[in-house]
Amino acid sequence: MAVGETEKATFTIPVGPIHPALKEPIRLALTVDGEEIVDADVFVGQVHRGIEWLGMNRNNPIQSIYTAERICGICNICHPFSFVMAVEHATGITPPPRADYIRAITAEMERIHSHLLWAGVAAHEIGFDTIFHLAWRVREEIMDLIEYVTGNRVTKAMFQIGGVRRDITEEQFPRIRQSLDYYKSIFDQLKKVFLDDKTIRMRTKNVGILKREDALKLLTCGPSGRASGVPKDVRQDQPYAAYADLDVKAITPDILTGTVVGDVYDRIIVRLLEVKQSIEIIEQCMEKMPPGPLLAQPKIAVLLKTLTKAEGEGIGRAEAPRGEVVHYVRMEAGRETLATWKVRAPTYVNLMSVPTILKGMQIADVPITFASLDPCMSCTNRVVVTDRAVGRKSVMDYERLHQLSIEKTKELQL
Amino acid sequence: MEKLTPQAIIDSFVTELGDGFFGGSIRECEVAVKKNKFRSLWIEVKKSAFRHAVEHICRLQEYPHLAIISSSDLGTEVELIYHFTIYYGYHLQELSLGLRVKLPKNDLTIPTITDLIPGAIFTERETQEMMGVEVVDIPDGRRLFITENVPEGIYPWRKDETGPEKLLRVLPGRKPKGKDKKG
Repeated sequence: MAVGETEKATFTIPVGPIHPALKEPIRLALTVDGEEIVDADVFVGQVHRGIEWLGMNRNNPIQSIYTAERICGICNICHPFSFVMAVEHATGITPPPRADYIRAITAEMERIHSHLLWAGVAAHEIGFDTIFHLAWRVREEIMDLIEYVTGNRVTKAMFQIGGVRRDITEEQFPRIRQSLDYYKSIFDQLKKVFLDDKTIRMRTKNVGILKREDALKLLTCGPSGRASGVPKDVRQDQPYAAYADLDVKAITPDILTGTVVGDVYDRIIVRLLEVKQSIEIIEQCMEKMPPGPLLAQPKIAVLLKTLTKAEGEGIGRAEAPRGEVVHYVRMEAGRETLATWKVRAPTYVNLMSVPTILKGMQIADVPITFASLDPCMSCTNRVVVTDRAVGRKSVMDYERLHQLSIEKTKELQL
Repeated sequence: MEKLTPQAIIDSFVTELGDGFFGGSIRECEVAVKKNKFRSLWIEVKKSAFRHAVEHICRLQEYPHLAIISSSDLGTEVELIYHFTIYYGYHLQELSLGLRVKLPKNDLTIPTITDLIPGAIFTERETQEMMGVEVVDIPDGRRLFITENVPEGIYPWRKDETGPEKLLRVLPGRKPKGKDKKG
């Protein structure tokens, strides 16, 4: 019997576009030859909510800060951060220096929590749930700290055009230091767990390689780009807020290992070292924090009037945990809403490297390889697998993929 | 390669593009306590000189980072700004470069730059579906974000009759145009 004669029937298992366990829906179409992936395609747009349209048609700029905050649940500091900087750039409002420092502190807290969250997810993807639970338990400390400082665990509402809405006072410093000391004390242990563990090394070394040249061509940014040896970090290149006073260096994996491979293991190194860097940045910010007001214009009605009269355009660029966030705004005099608002999130560009890094991998490597870019991750729950040899098409759900990944880890451990 | 000052970059565009260069400006603002400068460059070019301008940027920086293409509906024309960053990788040396090009509404086409910068594909696809600007020779012209059931000829970012007005459900405080149906 010739291959493909009876196997031509195409069947599809409908798995909804939103998977309750994960962050954001997306679909990958993988063309496979047996176990090996020969091509991949990305389909996005399942959660396109028209947020930019709301900013251009319904909300005034101050309301848009809170819409921007809701673009992403994890990076809910960097989007309003970038947005208020864009509006400030367009209108010429300068935030007071103290606000710049408070902004940087909250942004670094976000980076710590996001990287630890990612570390847990990555461990889960390779079926190493002990580390998943460890990483997320460790993450609770920073979440508590975020709640202590901003009053909320997720959407923090700290930002205002021309400053911040809440202060971080001297009395709060001991509590912040206590959390930072906790992370410093366990950092070596975390490093040992993530970088020296045999299973993790087996599953991540030489997996999902993104070469430096590909990263540059495909505009990959953030930790994924830095792991491929592109030292691009807005905090270093074109520093904003308090980073302009500090000397932040982009972290590439060769700092630790001496070489750049660009695989999943390198992405772990970069994120782990960035946690340490964030702790140092927060400490420096607390030391250097200047006194002064928090807002350039405390009266919201006056601010709103200024914004309505304002004419101009501006860009705001911030380094989010996943890479560079760019907001562009255009304001017209007499118009209450923004004339144009364009948001560029880091995953937008990082997704373009997915076909490149998946090529030549096995299906069981898809979860960890894909997760290593730290995209909003539920992507893997709707992978269409087309088997080229038999011409069969089926939808593989997240559970099955996850199972394959666990099986591979177990095989390697034997 | 030697790094040019912002003014030298503008001068190089003038000599390179000649008539195709419409204008350029440098904007600087001071940040935080040390007052380091956040520098951005804005360059406007004629549509016919656009490809040439992007090629020139690729000479200034080996792999320029294209952050995004932003597009605005200005009534009779559509304005595209290609937000590049160049000279990255070094402390305080990066520059944001906005390359502006205006297209008349009766000829909304722009050549693709994916041959120069392969990573421009997503943002070109998005500009095509959201603003109705046809990207000539785009290697992959499928829709990116908008679903199949949105009819052709509706462009969400437009402010004229091709905007999404007809597709909107009633938002709080907003009355639908056209037929006044309840429910």
